[in-house]
Amino acid sequence: MVLVYSDDHKLTLELLNKGSELARELNKSLTAVIIGKDEFSKDYIAHGADKVVIAETELNQFKAEEYTDILEGVIKETGSETILISSNKNGKELASRLAAKFKAGCITDCTNVYLKDKKLTAERIVYSGNAVAVEQFNTIPQIVTIPSKVFDPLPKDEKHKGEVIKKKIDVQKSSSKILKVQEMKTEGVNVEDAEIIVSCGRGFKNKEDIKLVSELADVLKGRTVGCSRPIAADLKWLSEDHWIGLSGHKVKPKLYIAAGISGQIQHIAGMRDSGVIVAINKDPEALIFKSADYGIVGDLYEVLPKLTDAIKTKMG
Amino acid sequence: MNIIVCAKQVVDVSEIKVDPNTNKPILAGVPQKISDIDKNAMEEAIKIKEKHSGKITALTVGPADAKERIKELLAMGADEGILIAQPEKLDYYVLSNILAAAIKKIGEYDIILCGEASIDLFSGQIGPRIAGLLNIPQITYAQDITAEKEKVVSERNLGDKAVTIESSFPVMITVTKEINEPRLPSLMQILAAANKPIHDWSAEDVASEKLEPKITTVDIKGVPMERKNVIYQNDIDESVGKLVDSLIKEGVLR
Ligand SMILES: Cc1cc2nc3c(=O)[nH]c(=O)nc-3n(C[C@H](O)[C@H](O)[C@H](O)COP(=O)(O)OP(=O)(O)OC[C@H]3O[C@@H](n4cnc5c(N)ncnc54)[C@H](O)[C@@H]3O)c2cc1C
Ligand SMILES: Cc1cc2nc3c(=O)[nH]c(=O)nc-3n(C[C@H](O)[C@H](O)[C@H](O)COP(=O)(O)OP(=O)(O)OC[C@H]3O[C@@H](n4cnc5c(N)ncnc54)[C@H](O)[C@@H]3O)c2cc1C
Repeated sequence: MVLVYSDDHKLTLELLNKGSELARELNKSLTAVIIGKDEFSKDYIAHGADKVVIAETELNQFKAEEYTDILEGVIKETGSETILISSNKNGKELASRLAAKFKAGCITDCTNVYLKDKKLTAERIVYSGNAVAVEQFNTIPQIVTIPSKVFDPLPKDEKHKGEVIKKKIDVQKSSSKILKVQEMKTEGVNVEDAEIIVSCGRGFKNKEDIKLVSELADVLKGRTVGCSRPIAADLKWLSEDHWIGLSGHKVKPKLYIAAGISGQIQHIAGMRDSGVIVAINKDPEALIFKSADYGIVGDLYEVLPKLTDAIKTKMG
Repeated sequence: MNIIVCAKQVVDVSEIKVDPNTNKPILAGVPQKISDIDKNAMEEAIKIKEKHSGKITALTVGPADAKERIKELLAMGADEGILIAQPEKLDYYVLSNILAAAIKKIGEYDIILCGEASIDLFSGQIGPRIAGLLNIPQITYAQDITAEKEKVVSERNLGDKAVTIESSFPVMITVTKEINEPRLPSLMQILAAANKPIHDWSAEDVASEKLEPKITTVDIKGVPMERKNVIYQNDIDESVGKLVDSLIKEGVLR
């Protein structure tokens, strides 16, 4: 049995794509798990699930300890051996804890998953983007986590049939307590799909100055602004959906412009597959120039407005 | 308050080169350091100790030269170090079981601190696995920790949400890079650290069963970065003009 779980509807659809492929090759059926209310079972079946297990619970907030218990129960009950979980933060801590419970192998952040010599094999980025490790499971159960956008959802097939099963699973209550959940404001940008991205880093002195990047993005008709980790995580000048890099979003636009970004390996890890890379930095020694096709050494406060104007003039 | 900080010795990833012939990363001779975020975990431990007093133990599974890294943690403020000799065959499963068994052997602990992920392999598995093995609550991606006498309140950064969570002890917490700025030890502290104990343990000392990896690394492929590296650095107006022309030629402007 192949089983997929994510606390995010869209990510579940992506997992179902890979899950169906593996299930077919392994000659097994595919189960999707919903923890809580059944909102999506029809949708999951139309996207490839042969079975949807709805774990009924009064829990209404994610805690890794409790969700691990629930999934452990469902996995045992369904006899699942291959488990696909989303690589969002909740997914990763859940998968790892679950692996500990099952004494199982787990591979996180897989950029590819396939069978090789009949063994489940996964690729993941290591050494902050310098290499890709190919890792293979020796035992079952086997757990992988997959980041968003690695696989697209399959087209919907309303004719695909599946059963919906409701289960109640005993959970050992966690002694931790959630006191507050604060939604962070996001601008809903989708850097993964952008064709042109203009990114800013700590070379910017004030939050307001980021308009220099958005103005350039606008004339490029890319309209997508990205940033380095400090801009999103330390300074919180931009929301998390702009954050590019190893621990942020991985992007591959046709054109990536990095302004005031030093080019540390962890940032490069998120944009190294871009088509053309342009760097603007006042330090001629900045690492970013090594990863760039074109670079301008100069003060971004001078370069960006001029670049915006020049493109406006040229492109009309 | 008894605090255990798990810290990993890693290769300095910014120093890794890819061999142009084999297309594999060259790891030999690359300088070693403490995984960046583990220093944040250490700093957080020191802050908690400053408030509540207690003891900080730095715990590492690694090769013999990792002792130098433990000394750095002792200089920062750990009270003692434990180095467990790295077994030959290792994966996330084996490593987390050794750490959890060592923590059981240490016996008294209120807070276990880990990094959100190591900077070399970055799996993020070890903290939650340890918590699962010890069957204690876990708080991951903490960007803030307030320890009180009987409990800890911590804020998780999930990107689109911040979740504030409270837990009794013992608890395992993984921290983010943003949680604090790790201190640099003074020369006095570095010298004093020489007198602090570092215990040598082996995996057999702590784990009752023989641990066999669940995963094998079958290949490590380098990802070379080849770029044109055309850098304009004279007059800004001229540079901008040349850049725009190049981008038009590349066909990326529309
Ligand atoms: C485990 C781990 C994960 C990480 N994940 C990520 C990640 O996902 N994404 C990420 O981005 N980082 C990540 N980092 C952080 C990364 O190592 C760097 O610290 C970060 O990318 C630096 O951001 P920056 O380039 O904006 O800032 P800095 O390194 O401070 O660089 C600022 C640059 O701006 C230039 N500058 C200053 N003023 C001007 C000016 N007026 N005009 C032009 N240029 C100017 C400077 O020369 C400098 O090069 C991670 C780190 C770790 C340890
Ligand atoms: C087949 C295979 C072979 C491997 N061989 C080796 C090898 O020869 N040498 C080697 O170093 N690694 C080896 N590894 C990797 C090893 O399994 C990982 O180093 C280990 O599992 C930690 O994973 P991570 O770095 O992704 O930790 P993460 O989960 O990303 O680390 C999170 C946190 O856990 C703690 N932590 C992680 N590792 C340690 C540690 N060693 N000691 C104390 N605390 C720690 C730290 O607080 C760290 O911030 C191998 C892995 C595989 C799959």
